[in-house]
Amino acid sequence: MRDRLWIAAGLVLFVAAITAPFWYRPTPARDLAKLPELALPAKQKQCVAPVSYMRASHMVLLTDWRQQVVRESERKYVAFNGSVYQKSLTATCLGCHNKEQFCDRCHTYAGVSGPYCWNCHNASASRAVAASADTTEPRPEGAHLAENLPAHILAELASRTNQSLPGSRP
Amino acid sequence: MKITRKDFLRLSGLSFLAGGAMEAARAIAGRSSAATESQSTPVAQSVRWGMVVDLRRCQKEKGCTACTDACDAAHNVPRLADPQHQVNWIWTQPYETVFPFIQNGYAEQSDAGIPVPLLCNHCASPPCVHVCPTQATWKRADGIVMMDWHRCIGCRYCMAACPYGSRSFNWVDPRPAIAHINPDFPTRSKGVVEKCNFCEERLANGLKPSCVDACPQKALVFGNLADPNSEPRQLLRQRFAVQREPELGTGPSVYYLV
Repeated sequence: MRDRLWIAAGLVLFVAAITAPFWYRPTPARDLAKLPELALPAKQKQCVAPVSYMRASHMVLLTDWRQQVVRESERKYVAFNGSVYQKSLTATCLGCHNKEQFCDRCHTYAGVSGPYCWNCHNASASRAVAASADTTEPRPEGAHLAENLPAHILAELASRTNQSLPGSRP
Repeated sequence: MKITRKDFLRLSGLSFLAGGAMEAARAIAGRSSAATESQSTPVAQSVRWGMVVDLRRCQKEKGCTACTDACDAAHNVPRLADPQHQVNWIWTQPYETVFPFIQNGYAEQSDAGIPVPLLCNHCASPPCVHVCPTQATWKRADGIVMMDWHRCIGCRYCMAACPYGSRSFNWVDPRPAIAHINPDFPTRSKGVVEKCNFCEERLANGLKPSCVDACPQKALVFGNLADPNSEPRQLLRQRFAVQREPELGTGPSVYYLV
C-alpha cells in the first residue's frame, strides 16, 4: 500500500506514453517537409479528370490508356465533362505539364523513383510546348495539396503564406 | 437372386459394349455438328492490311533508300554501326538470298544482286505470336502483327520463330544511335524486340505507311487484301507475284511482283 503513489504515477506515465500519438499531432511548422512547388499549366484550367482523381490514380489512368491504345486501338478519351482527348502521354499530358517541374518534382518528393515511362517516351520534344505555355509562377506553398490536408494544417499553411487557400483547385 | 459366373461375365461385357457405343455415337454427333457450325459461320474478315512490292519499279531508282530512311525517321529506328546489333524495320537484301527457290539454272541471273525491300510479312498465321510467352506480340483483327513493347521481356523466342528475320533485338540502348528523335513515336529501350508495325499509328489517322508514301517510284502498294477491288488485289490479278517462303504456311501479307 505504500507504493500506491508510485503505481498511480507509473500508470499515468504509461497511459500518456501510449496515447502520445493521438494528442501529439503533427503541425506543419515542426513536422511537415517542404512541399514541392509544382508548376501548373497556365493555359489549361481543367485536367482530363478531377484533380483528386488524378492525384491519387493518375498511374491507373496512364496504364489504362496504354492498354487501350496499344492493344485495343482505342485512341480517344472522353473525359468526365464530355471533353475528348487523345490518349497520349507525350501529346496530351506533356502538352500541358512539364515533366521536370511537375512529374519529377512530386515523384522526387514522394520518393517514387519508379515509372520507366521516359526510357522510351520522349519528354524532351514536348517540353518546349509545355514550357512556353507555362508561366511557371510558383503557387503558394502547399496550395496544390490543399484539398487533402487536415484542417489544422491548412490553417497553419494559410497563416504562413498569408493567402487564403482555394477550397477546390481550378 | 443367384447369378452364375457365366451370366456375370455376359452382363458386364454387354455393359461395356453399350457404354462404348454411346461414347462413339456422341463423338460422331459432336464432330458433325462442329463441322456444320464452322461451315455456316465463315470468318468474315473485312480488313487485312497487306503490301505489294513491285521489284521492277523498285529497281528503277538505283541505290535508293527512301523507304528505309522514312521508316527509320518515323519510328526512331537506331542506326548502329555493329552489324550484329542492327535494328531493321524495312531493309534490303540481295534478290538471290530472298528468293532462293527462284534460282533455277541461269534463270535468276537477270535479277541477281538487286536489292529487295524486306519488312515484317504480317503473316496470317504468325509463328512469332504462337511462341511469345507474354502475349507481347499478337495478331490484330486487321491482320497487323502488333507488338506491345511494354510487355516484351526480351526472351527472343519470336526472333527464333520468325522465318523471315523480321525482328531485331535491342542489344544496346538505341537512343544514342538515333540522329533525330521523332517526339510522336516512342524509342525502345535496351532488351526489347522490335519490328515493322505496318505504321499502325498512321493507319489510325487514315494515312498510308511512311515507306509507301516515301517511295519515289510508287513501288510499294499498300491496301486491304480482303477487298477484291483494292489496289494490291488489282495488281495481284494482273501480274505474277511471289511471297517469301510460302511453303512454311505462315501466309505472308507482303507480295513481290518479280
